[in-house]
Amino acid sequence: MKLEGRIWKFGSNVDTDAIIAARYLNQSDPKILAKHVMEEERPEFSRKVRKGDILLAEKNFGCGSSREHAPLALKAAGISCIIATSFARIFYRNGLNLGLPLLESSEASEVIQEGDRVRVHLTTGEIFDLTQRKKFLGKPIPPFMQELIKDGGLIRHLKKKRLKIKGYRSVRPRTI
Amino acid sequence: MTITEKILAAHAGKKQVAPGELLNVRIDLALGNDITAPLAIKAFQEIGAKKVFQRNRVVLVPDHFTPAKDILSAEQCQVLREFAKSQHLSHFFEIGECGIEHALLPEKGLVLPGDVVIGADSHTCTYGALGAFSTGVGSTELGAAMATGKLWFKVPESLKLLYYGKRNPWVSGKDLILFTIGDMGVDGALYQAMEFCGETIQNLPMASRFTMTNMAIEAGAKNGIIEPDEITFQFVKSRAKRAYRIYRSDRDAIYAEIREYNASKIFPQVALPHIPSNVADVREVGKIEIDQVLIGSCTNGHLDDLRVAAKILKGKKISSSLRLIVIPATQEIYRQAIKEGLVEIFLSAGAVISPPTCGPCLGGHMGVLAKGERALATTNRNFRGRMGHPQSEVYLSSPAVAAASAVKGRICHPEEVMRKGT
Ligand code: SF4
Repeated sequence: MKLEGRIWKFGSNVDTDAIIAARYLNQSDPKILAKHVMEEERPEFSRKVRKGDILLAEKNFGCGSSREHAPLALKAAGISCIIATSFARIFYRNGLNLGLPLLESSEASEVIQEGDRVRVHLTTGEIFDLTQRKKFLGKPIPPFMQELIKDGGLIRHLKKKRLKIKGYRSVRPRTI
Repeated sequence: MTITEKILAAHAGKKQVAPGELLNVRIDLALGNDITAPLAIKAFQEIGAKKVFQRNRVVLVPDHFTPAKDILSAEQCQVLREFAKSQHLSHFFEIGECGIEHALLPEKGLVLPGDVVIGADSHTCTYGALGAFSTGVGSTELGAAMATGKLWFKVPESLKLLYYGKRNPWVSGKDLILFTIGDMGVDGALYQAMEFCGETIQNLPMASRFTMTNMAIEAGAKNGIIEPDEITFQFVKSRAKRAYRIYRSDRDAIYAEIREYNASKIFPQVALPHIPSNVADVREVGKIEIDQVLIGSCTNGHLDDLRVAAKILKGKKISSSLRLIVIPATQEIYRQAIKEGLVEIFLSAGAVISPPTCGPCLGGHMGVLAKGERALATTNRNFRGRMGHPQSEVYLSSPAVAAASAVKGRICHPEEVMRKGT
């Protein structure tokens, strides 16, 4: 699986309140969430983000609240993948369950710059900065999770396989 | 094995487990609230599930935007109410018998030592204070867990945090945990279990223990946990309606790291904006004037917390330059606070009392901040915009520091207010 997009760069400890503020959580419509995503951190983000863009961050991305509305908002806004030095635990689980690929690479998060064009191979974990002509190796996403992402998240994956609840166990993603 | 490893092993039908191992774990309790449960219910339905795994093991608590602050919030509560009804859930807590989820569940005896609890709320880690394994998950996973009663977990490495020495006056669990987060950083325990132990913890009342495990997530931890002891049993005894098991860490259990803290060197702490690890000794923060003080939340809305605050506020008036909001975490705490005369003290001091709700903790309602305003709160997060306008500020402290600061109008040590002997 390959993805290509433009980079939006963020720092460390971007929390889920910053990704989507609690005042928008009295509903869960992805379109409305997308309109307010990163509103406080980067007011122009939701207007300027394009489908396929890639988000780059440093340490502990998505810390704080467990709100699944955060990865949902980013995905609905068009973000195709997130690369970070590390992810907060619940955000990581949520992202993959929603079918949003997450890659860990400290090197990539240091070197890649805002606006660079980047290509990501989810299978191998390879990250190519096409602007700087550099290559990084992120932790590859395990095969099962790749399948999950390809299907568009846990629920769609289950539906596609037409699995009954009883069989659910065998395809549960490897969460952390 | 550590207590965390033992609980996970027992719930996966294994004798021995090690960090890194993936387990399919049986769940004792699954929790959702008015923000996270609607998405979970949607996931539950989309999977094609018809019934929850056990109707008395799924708990729904509308507590964040309740009593419903607007039409959309009311509609979210409606989703929970209808689901609870159609699934015949035993534990759906409406306003009237409600409270903030993480104070309510232990109070009702729904979480017991040795349990595995998941909740679509990051502060689900609170229940570790009872010697349970509990952790936050997302809505989709909650939906799946409500259907199956199981969830995959990777066994976390454990960190041993050993506290020794006598606590200084006005130092509570909040100060210990703020100090610890200041020391470790907000990702200092990422993916790990924080096991709190040592003589200081053994002497800590339940309310303070809940405060400490509550904030384990603020260090990035998967769970926080304290071995059950006499104090735990006292708390659980009258509440438990089913059998439970006690787990303790083996002497030769393996830890990723052991950290020691001398409690006698820890003084009341404050976390400065905009991150919970930005911690300082309250005597060293200088003159910080505040517009609003909040005493409440799942972290510090316990009866003990209100008692400490009332002790300081008794016979005093809050500064005319600020507002004080007190939120008992549950109806039961509220009732007890009235009985003990605490509510009277708060009212006389000039506070407003809100019904149990998360409310301002997450900038929901009941005390949202305007641009440029500064609040001191006994909550657990001070991220930018957490309590309202993106250009407002949140400082975190214990109820003692919060109450004293409400009197002074600026952040201060409780001694500044109590020394005068009122
Ligand atoms: S009181 Fe605050 S931290 Fe606790 S559950 Fe409610 S919103 Fe979350």
